[in-house]
Amino acid sequence: MTKKQNDSITWETFNEGLWRENPVFVMLLGMCPVLAVTNSAINALAMGLATTFVLLASGTLISLLRHSIPKQVRIATYIVIIATFVTIVDYTIQAISLDLYNALGAFIQLIVVNCMILGRAESYASRNRPLKSIINATGMGIGFTFALLCLGVVREILGAGSLFGIDLFGPRFEPWVVMILPAGGFLVLGTWLLLFEWLNLKKSAGRSIL
Amino acid sequence: MATESLSFIFLNAVLANNFVLALFLGLCPFLGVSGKINTALPMGLATMFVMLVSSICAYLINMVLVAFDIEFLRLIAYIAVIASAVQLVEMALKKFSPRLFRSLGIFLPLITTNCAILGLALFQTFKEYNFLQSLVYAIGAGTGFILAILLMAGLREKLELSTMPSITQGAAVSLMLGGLLSLSFMGFAGLGG
Repeated sequence: MTKKQNDSITWETFNEGLWRENPVFVMLLGMCPVLAVTNSAINALAMGLATTFVLLASGTLISLLRHSIPKQVRIATYIVIIATFVTIVDYTIQAISLDLYNALGAFIQLIVVNCMILGRAESYASRNRPLKSIINATGMGIGFTFALLCLGVVREILGAGSLFGIDLFGPRFEPWVVMILPAGGFLVLGTWLLLFEWLNLKKSAGRSIL
Repeated sequence: MATESLSFIFLNAVLANNFVLALFLGLCPFLGVSGKINTALPMGLATMFVMLVSSICAYLINMVLVAFDIEFLRLIAYIAVIASAVQLVEMALKKFSPRLFRSLGIFLPLITTNCAILGLALFQTFKEYNFLQSLVYAIGAGTGFILAILLMAGLREKLELSTMPSITQGAAVSLMLGGLLSLSFMGFAGLGG
């Protein structure tokens, strides 16, 4: 691979995070917020956007500073940069909506230890130009938000009979309370993984016949 | 100042609000290192040790931060302490048990990004526990983590011996197991608050 090829920005740069290496469904990174805050669609969306912002901002800064960060202390530097942006998000959400802040609880601050963000900083932002990192981080962020929404929507519809707070089935619907409890998070994510595995198997089986 | 008794805090952290199965903290090692009991136990012990050290440090640091009115630096200060504590454990393990050090591999430095540890430090600050309560809370959370990861490892060792459809091999079945474990831990919910 030449340097020139490495630098080019393609659809793949963006799509990598969105689908092929989706952080949740394929890489299984950052599972804690994925399971903990997806008991309603609105929480899932807020968490996804907050994480995307931190991913973008830290990715950009690390990519800009990639030549001036010494190799030995890079992880510590990354963590401090990420922690700074998480503090900003934390105070911003607190200022915008206290309800949302209370619903997400400590998990906003726990974005710091989301392995996905540190992983991207180490494996992508520190090696690529800022523009490329930004595009990749956007794809990753959208992929993460998409995965959170997948879980949040299913859990809210089944567990509370509503979507984004709007009642769907009327008063005669008996909610599956287990879905908004911790156990439901594991079960729903497991089911989504099964579905994707099944789709992949079908796809590869189809290819081998052709 | 929280007034909960020490035994309540301990039981609450181990069973009713188990860090892994009820609060979803520390899932990466829970899913990643729970393949065998032989590696799950040392991983649990290392995590518990880091929890203890960082809980003590976090308590002292919070006192300083509050005294100088600079609480917005809390997150950065905590994460720096945790990273140092993990480094300490890593050096100790490398010296005393190189074999174990190798078998834990990448998951040892990843304790830094284990949300259970930062979560513990943050929760004890939110709940305004005093020094002794924080200590008991850390021990309880560590015990809860060991319990969860050992149960999971035991189940997965049994699973190795059984035949499964090829579609369920991999992460999906681990998550399903986690769901069932979590469901059974819900039975303890009445114990805590």
